[in-house]
Amino acid sequence: MAKILKKTILSDTDNLLEVREFVSAAAREFGFSDDETSKIALAVDEACTNIIKHAYKNRPDKTIQVAILRHPNKIEISIIDEGEKFDPETIKPLNLKDHLSHYRRGGLGVYLMRTLMDQVEYHTLSGKKNEVRLTKFLEPLRSSTRR
Amino acid sequence: MSEFKVHHRDGDGFSVIELKGYLDAHTAPDLETTFQELLGDKKFNIVVNCKDLTYISSAGLGVFMAYIEDVRKNKGDIKLTNMSPKVYNVFDLLGFPILYEIYKDEAEAVNRFKQSRKV
Repeated sequence: MAKILKKTILSDTDNLLEVREFVSAAAREFGFSDDETSKIALAVDEACTNIIKHAYKNRPDKTIQVAILRHPNKIEISIIDEGEKFDPETIKPLNLKDHLSHYRRGGLGVYLMRTLMDQVEYHTLSGKKNEVRLTKFLEPLRSSTRR
Repeated sequence: MSEFKVHHRDGDGFSVIELKGYLDAHTAPDLETTFQELLGDKKFNIVVNCKDLTYISSAGLGVFMAYIEDVRKNKGDIKLTNMSPKVYNVFDLLGFPILYEIYKDEAEAVNRFKQSRKV
């Protein structure tokens, strides 16, 4: 059975550090390396930043719920908001070289999440809630399950 | 409390921005302000020393992307130096070495600016 840790923050970018520290502590305790822990924390930061910026249009008084589910072979981080729905289909796979050559500033967060984590899933939950679920497998299982 | 500091100093024909702490969506505006000040003062040869930068997200990287075009249009550049492996990895994941000159230390980047002035 998965062990669950939860934290709810307000949608103020000032709280990103707290979320990173929360996730890092859990990942480290679970046995991820420093490098893997950094990647997980960064992916969560990117997800929360996108929620603040896009789902909540930079309003700092909304809530973001972060839940860490620790399974025997993987860590799942569920990030839930009640803002505008994000459609991942609108984000085309990024051609980095093309993106950079046009000096485009945005769009890097989703790319990073997909690169840093083994799975990134978007769900619509009941009560007009949106969830992004980030998954990272423990090392030996990663190569057979990555998508 | 924000644990991010931006310090800027000027040399002969170049400026150095020193970053300390974490650069994320919350602290990125501080770096933006510094870039705006430098560009407002027509200082386009910019070295960003990342020796004390402990963390960067795409929000931070986006600040560099926001100003690089204007800087290069004015015959200047943003050169990045002294990155830890952890910080470099994030730059590398996003392909920044394709677009930016990244050096091990500040002196190398300053030297490049001096060499380009002689040409």
